[in-house]
Amino acid sequence: MSTPKPGAVSTVASGLALTGSQIRYVNKAFWRNPASAFFTFAFPLMFLVIFTALLGHGTVPIGGRQIHVSSYYVSAMATFAVITACYTNMAISLAFQRDSGILKHVEGTPMPAGVYLAARVLHSVLISVLLVALTAAFGKAFYQAEIPTGDTLLRFLAMLVVGAISFCALGFAIAAFIPNLDAAAPIANATILPLLFLSGVFIPIGDNTPAWLLWVAKVFPVKHFADGMQAGFLGTTFHPVDLLIVAAWGVGGLVIAVARFRWQPRA
Amino acid sequence: MTDAAVVVSGLVKTYGSVTAVAGVDLTIASGEVFALLGPNGAGKTTMVEILEGYRGRDAGQVTVLGLDPSRHRRQLKQRIGIVLQSTGVDRYLTVQETLAMYGDCYPHRRDVDEVLDLVGLREQRKQRVIKLSGGQQRRLDVAVALIGDPELLFLDEPTTGFDPSARREAWNVIKNLATLNKTVLLTTHYMDEAQHLADRVAVIVAGRIVARGTPATLGGRDIARPHLRFRRPGETLPAIETIERSDVDGYVDIVPADLTAALHQLTGWAIQRQITLDDLEILRPSLEDTYLRLVGDTGPGNDSGGS
Repeated sequence: MSTPKPGAVSTVASGLALTGSQIRYVNKAFWRNPASAFFTFAFPLMFLVIFTALLGHGTVPIGGRQIHVSSYYVSAMATFAVITACYTNMAISLAFQRDSGILKHVEGTPMPAGVYLAARVLHSVLISVLLVALTAAFGKAFYQAEIPTGDTLLRFLAMLVVGAISFCALGFAIAAFIPNLDAAAPIANATILPLLFLSGVFIPIGDNTPAWLLWVAKVFPVKHFADGMQAGFLGTTFHPVDLLIVAAWGVGGLVIAVARFRWQPRA
Repeated sequence: MTDAAVVVSGLVKTYGSVTAVAGVDLTIASGEVFALLGPNGAGKTTMVEILEGYRGRDAGQVTVLGLDPSRHRRQLKQRIGIVLQSTGVDRYLTVQETLAMYGDCYPHRRDVDEVLDLVGLREQRKQRVIKLSGGQQRRLDVAVALIGDPELLFLDEPTTGFDPSARREAWNVIKNLATLNKTVLLTTHYMDEAQHLADRVAVIVAGRIVARGTPATLGGRDIARPHLRFRRPGETLPAIETIERSDVDGYVDIVPADLTAALHQLTGWAIQRQITLDDLEILRPSLEDTYLRLVGDTGPGNDSGGS
């Protein structure tokens, strides 16, 4: 070795620089893939319009207050947008990259696995922030949604970032159980769609909801994330435990992902 | 052994009850283009992926650039370039972006334009990967493998599935690599590819090396006796001292003890009797014949052991 051994500081610095350059390329590829960019952004807004048109007349009781249904859906569709951009996209795109040999290729280069994966997570977080901002602006313009400010905004951003990272981690974890690309979308959707319904993201949870359903919503992270987002958009009470439960699921997802992640297609 | 790029001894790899690599010894010198030639399922890819560090081994010693791939993979990755049998890069980046992106993770990197010239993709530099032809994508794989200025390059079946002109292009690229003094380990099941590109060849069948040498000497080609072949004339042939003789489909095929004498005897006899010897030719075993003979000993249909 003719080059001097780099110190720990420069290793971290070069890791960060590499992550930064990776995010740039991930971002370029993201916007050039018309299907992924379009659906990631168009779906939540389209659903927002459809749900409010169908169900938007009236109010939902949340935390003792009556919330206008259209405002409710602004928050709910922001939640849906983040989960799609993180969990669903991550699971499907990793399955694609694995099946098309990209992951195996990357594994053969000196690119640290952590850098490669962190760049994809961070990009999804950035896309999530953009999606939520877009949904909020759309909601403010058309559906009397509130834009969080001050402390509420900080708590809201914390929930958003923790939620985005956690759902990315869960996307990684489920990718380990996706046998091939054909199964990617069905498995990603089959695992998340029921939870979105059971957590009141698509249809508000009413007073006569059966207890088992409420328990399901309590155990899984979707409802907790949705409640945290509501605290920002609707001014309902923010429960730190929601943040902790979402984070705990994220850590669990990460542990499974690290233990089970595969770089090569199943033979 | 300082100038050996790869040293393998007693390498064994099994998958359950299937033995993919059954005790291989191999040395590849620095700067040489070495071809591992064998039918599908012979264990070529398994072997190469053990050297690359993708797979572990069950027995034997492996040293690649002085490092053990299963223990020092991280250091090794910086010094090797890998073209996998089936591989991918992001479809929506351009050729140039793809090279720059992979270049970012190597300590020593080559100039992007220089590498593009080397693989003949300069004109496609602004094109997205998705728009490239199959042959161009494969050349991009080679370019990506070269961007970190590797000392050793692995090419696993670089031209499988190519049309003849794309193969020629790929061959030219690989020939160019030789001028950079890179060590190249190539796997292929095409005899002509090995003959055209390699300094040395090892034939692997069912996980074992059954022959090795230069393309000219492989399997004793250089010392193999030439055949004399011609269409059987209407008259009885003169007595020629032969080692082997066959008479199939109207053709006489003999292996004479002394080619010059036999040729003189035969043509003299023909001229005297005013007989034309149709399709008269002298044949030496081609690399293909040699290869098929070597592979045929074990049977080409023997596809056990994941490729």
